[in-house]
Amino acid sequence: MAKPEQCKHCQKPATIHLTQIVDNKMHQVDLCEDCPFKQGVTDPEGFSLADFLMKPPAVLSARQEALKCEECGFTPADFKKTGRFGCPHCYSTFSDLLQPMLRNMHKDVVHRGKTPERARQRVDIKRKLTEREEAMTQAISEENYEKAAEIRDEINELKKQLEAETSSS
Amino acid sequence: MQITPLIAAKAELTSGGLPAEPIVLSTRVRLARNIVSFPFPGRANSSQREQVLHTCFEAMQDLHDFEDGHLLETLKLSPLEKQALVERHLISRELSQAEHAGGVAVSADQKVSVMVNEEDHLRLQLVRTGFNLDTTWNEINALDTEMEGKLDYAFSDQLGYLTACPTNLGTGLRASAMLHLPGLVMQEYMEKVVRMVNQLGMAVRGLFGEGSEATGSIFQISNQQTLGESEQDIIKRLSSILHAIIEQEQNARQVILEKKPARLFDKIGRAYGILQNGHLLSSEEAMNLLSLMRLAVDLGLLPEDYRTQVDRLFIEAQPGHVQLTAKGEIEPRERDKQRATRMREEFAQAPTLNYKNLSYPAG
Repeated sequence: MAKPEQCKHCQKPATIHLTQIVDNKMHQVDLCEDCPFKQGVTDPEGFSLADFLMKPPAVLSARQEALKCEECGFTPADFKKTGRFGCPHCYSTFSDLLQPMLRNMHKDVVHRGKTPERARQRVDIKRKLTEREEAMTQAISEENYEKAAEIRDEINELKKQLEAETSSS
Repeated sequence: MQITPLIAAKAELTSGGLPAEPIVLSTRVRLARNIVSFPFPGRANSSQREQVLHTCFEAMQDLHDFEDGHLLETLKLSPLEKQALVERHLISRELSQAEHAGGVAVSADQKVSVMVNEEDHLRLQLVRTGFNLDTTWNEINALDTEMEGKLDYAFSDQLGYLTACPTNLGTGLRASAMLHLPGLVMQEYMEKVVRMVNQLGMAVRGLFGEGSEATGSIFQISNQQTLGESEQDIIKRLSSILHAIIEQEQNARQVILEKKPARLFDKIGRAYGILQNGHLLSSEEAMNLLSLMRLAVDLGLLPEDYRTQVDRLFIEAQPGHVQLTAKGEIEPRERDKQRATRMREEFAQAPTLNYKNLSYPAG
């Protein structure tokens, strides 16, 4: 008989032992009967061992510890507890904490997949804006103020579109 | 019972889909999506959760996929109904146990199911019998695009679709196949396979996700990483690993047939006998016996159409389904009795195992 292990979460005797190999290293997690249910181990879709293994670094700087999502009030301590974020905005709030974790977890840290149409339109407008702003600077440096004024109007129009895209959504 | 028509209907995985294939039971793709300006379900308060449920159901009710389908609120379902939905892989255990507003939209053929307020606001899922990853992705992609016209998804240019758990970030895509690997289990190669698959960044789970040994020699193989690759690349990578596993399974079967046919036929013959004559069957035993019947079909010992029947029984032998058939909650012992009765009926007309027809590899 193996010696009784304690559950990683609640210190009750562990009866479930999960082993997974990540990057050639063996990781073992011991859990009691009750905790996996709360953690979703029995859920074929939702459970990922990565939730257990790839938590943020144990030591956070005081500044990081004090971070709080302005949208939902989530803190790094909440994340440590649940392994999940509170709202979409958390991803910008905790971006520094997240980067090293994502590097461990995924192929890369930049999205290369599908982009929703709405987001694509936003990106297009932003790209056009940057391009027009450069053109305006160019026109001003050439002292072509008539052209610069024309471009300024275009810029204002684009800004209005961008605002409409963002607020309608 | 709200789900009676759903259980009675011919579903993709219970004989409604394409004929079942050897080794690959089914292919599944799911997408995790969230709506901007709402906290994720784990953080949302009850009125926000209700709003999300309402908004999502409203967006889905007119979609072609859900014509004649079902929009079910989990709080309005009995525990038994929820259990049956879990057994059909239409909702997760997490959602079935949730005490807050949540639900699922299921298409009439049960190919499509969209969970609302699980870990993410939306979990879109599409399942197909057999090995059909590309079709499955194309179909769910089309549904997702339709949904995106009605709902504003939380999306970042850098990080892609924003999900409650960073393990799903980016594409939010989890593609998987349910594989029947009795050869690799009998040869005790599964440990090696699991190690190889894990090293390649894919996960192996049992039929219902537990880290335990997979009953019925059924394993679910899926991608772990969701960010940094396109959906097509993830699927291509998974697909090549699946092909490798399928080949390994075929080899294992070949070796068993050559080296210890009597041991294999004995197992199959006994399983056949118990299914035809047993009077008490636990769900685990039933799964393991059915698994051997599936293998018998692959080897040519039983007619092809028994494969689809076995796949249907894999679901209908589950505790929730046995109780739904019995029209109420019953004790485990009584369930074992009813399950065995059902198996006797299902296999009463089965032809004698035809060892003269042995043909492997098939086709």
